[in-house]
Amino acid sequence: MGVRLAFALLVAVLVSALAVVSSNHGARKLVGALEREQERARALEVEWGQLQLEQSTWAAHARVEQIARSQLGMHPPRADRILGPAQ
Amino acid sequence: MKIARSPLLDDRLPIWRARLVLGLLLAGSLALVGRALWLQGVQRDFLIGKGEARYERVLEIHATRGRILDRNGEALAVSTPVRSVWAIPEDARLSPAQLRRLAALLEADPRELARRLASERNFVFLKRRIAPDVARRVADLKLPGIHFQDEHRRYYPSGEVAAHLLGFTGAEDVGQEGIELALEDHLAGKSGARRVIKDRRGQVVEDVEAVRVPREGRDVVLALDSRLQFLAYSRLRQAVEAHQARAGGIVVLDARTGEVLALANLPTFNPNNRSRLSGAQLRNRAFTDAFEPGSTFKPFVVAQGIERGRVGFDTPIQTAPGRLTIGAATISDAHPHGLLSVAQVIQKSSNVGTAKIALDLSAEDLWSLFDRLGFGQPLKLGFPGEAGGRLRPWQRWRPIEQATMSYGHGISVTLIQLARAYLAFARDGDLIPLSLTRVDAPPAAGARIYSTQTARALRVMLEMAVQPGGTAPLAQVPGYRVAGKTGTANKLEGGVYTDKYVSSFVGFAPASEPRLLIAVMIDEPSAGQFYGGAVAAPVFAAVMGSALRALGVPPDDALRPLQLADVAPAREEM
Repeated sequence: MGVRLAFALLVAVLVSALAVVSSNHGARKLVGALEREQERARALEVEWGQLQLEQSTWAAHARVEQIARSQLGMHPPRADRILGPAQ
Repeated sequence: MKIARSPLLDDRLPIWRARLVLGLLLAGSLALVGRALWLQGVQRDFLIGKGEARYERVLEIHATRGRILDRNGEALAVSTPVRSVWAIPEDARLSPAQLRRLAALLEADPRELARRLASERNFVFLKRRIAPDVARRVADLKLPGIHFQDEHRRYYPSGEVAAHLLGFTGAEDVGQEGIELALEDHLAGKSGARRVIKDRRGQVVEDVEAVRVPREGRDVVLALDSRLQFLAYSRLRQAVEAHQARAGGIVVLDARTGEVLALANLPTFNPNNRSRLSGAQLRNRAFTDAFEPGSTFKPFVVAQGIERGRVGFDTPIQTAPGRLTIGAATISDAHPHGLLSVAQVIQKSSNVGTAKIALDLSAEDLWSLFDRLGFGQPLKLGFPGEAGGRLRPWQRWRPIEQATMSYGHGISVTLIQLARAYLAFARDGDLIPLSLTRVDAPPAAGARIYSTQTARALRVMLEMAVQPGGTAPLAQVPGYRVAGKTGTANKLEGGVYTDKYVSSFVGFAPASEPRLLIAVMIDEPSAGQFYGGAVAAPVFAAVMGSALRALGVPPDDALRPLQLADVAPAREEM
């Protein structure tokens, strides 16, 4: 009886110890994954900033006006070509 | 079989030998226990520290500086990571071919690179702040002794258009000018650090604790509207070039909220490339340069005359013969006008008429008015080098000074002060503080300067000034009623008035319900024309017209073709 109980407890301790090892390993893997995702988030953040910069540069008013005038031949309407709502 | 008897077992060994061994064993285990106690008890903290140092790392967490956005969310200033390439010259023994490839990637002169690598120091920057993908290509060369450092660089996509308002940051991404400096606390991030456990491959396996929690820089949303900013900048630039002026400035305010919608100065600079900068380019003139405003100052004095009941809208004032002698000095109109109503004094911009109204008011009353309008003290928007202008204490005013001050001489103001003070006319008599950042709820009424009736009477007079017979028909905007005042002031140099001029125009529209207020200043136009009505007013009209249309402000005037050719602008006083 005493020997059986001791053996059962020994098995329980062993199982628990292995479980601790495995869950620790799992935790580390998850931390690693989290770390990689955070790194990716940072990289995306940086890329977003760069894309915003790029958009602002392409859409700069000076550039838009220059292209509108020189390539598209646009110009502001003359005063007598503007229609407004009746007063 | 019988076990052979061993003669050895028959020998009785002396008992002390067994005791000696037992004693040695006991002493050995005591020593072990003692050592264990020593390590685990006394030296515990030291050893834990040593252990952690083997696998724990403290990682810096970089906090990004906040972005600067315009009121519609367009990016005006963004920080983005870049890398700097540095070398330990002693380790960097490069073959000529390697050196050439490195120079090509860094867009540098190979001889200059070689010179740097021959340096005696043990740390030299080869190139600072290159794009991350270029840095990667350099790293792929796998050159000895070449290292990288992560840095951040701030980019300004709008370039020189909004350079003065935004300012720029220095080497460590710390604000040095403009908004970058004024709102440094808000924009700056605080980098943090965290303690982690790394495995032998250098990968983080456990997050232990945050040593310092990082604080990301917060974004700033400006009141600036980048469409209006570009309009203001490009029209100002055209005018400064056409009139061969030394400098210029323009301020666009929202009359309902006091927001600064646009602010540009010339000459300007490109904040992305600041290698060759002069002080003149860097000066944010609208804030730092005080000038004598000239006739744009008259409406304040006339309004005070009306406010105090000294004159009314139609009160006749004799300005003939176009001169007024006060003590030993004489002030004059460039063009004598004869009998004018108070409204016409503004419309025709008569110095004599304004001076007569000013002399009817007490010096203390006028000084207090100028003070409440914000002249003589900086606006305190946080800009570096904000000037307050010159407003001398009233106790020392002589009558002639009181007279000249009424038409904007002997007093100096900055363009932004002048623009703000005109809010009193555009807003039924009260004055609200300006805001560089977006205001979502319009402020309650500000400090009252004039009564509503006085402000409205002045609006009518200022409307007359841009109509035929006034000084600035060129300020008209088709479809909108415009009100405004020209100014043309001789420049004071070394205490003497010269024949150089500052031309200005301040006005607002639509006059029926003012929405935008624009102040324009052109310094030393030297292509022939110098009157505010000819130099500054057209800039005002061009920006105001496009801005009102861009904002979708409904027209308050019938659309009719402008006929300016046959109407010569009235001569204006200086």
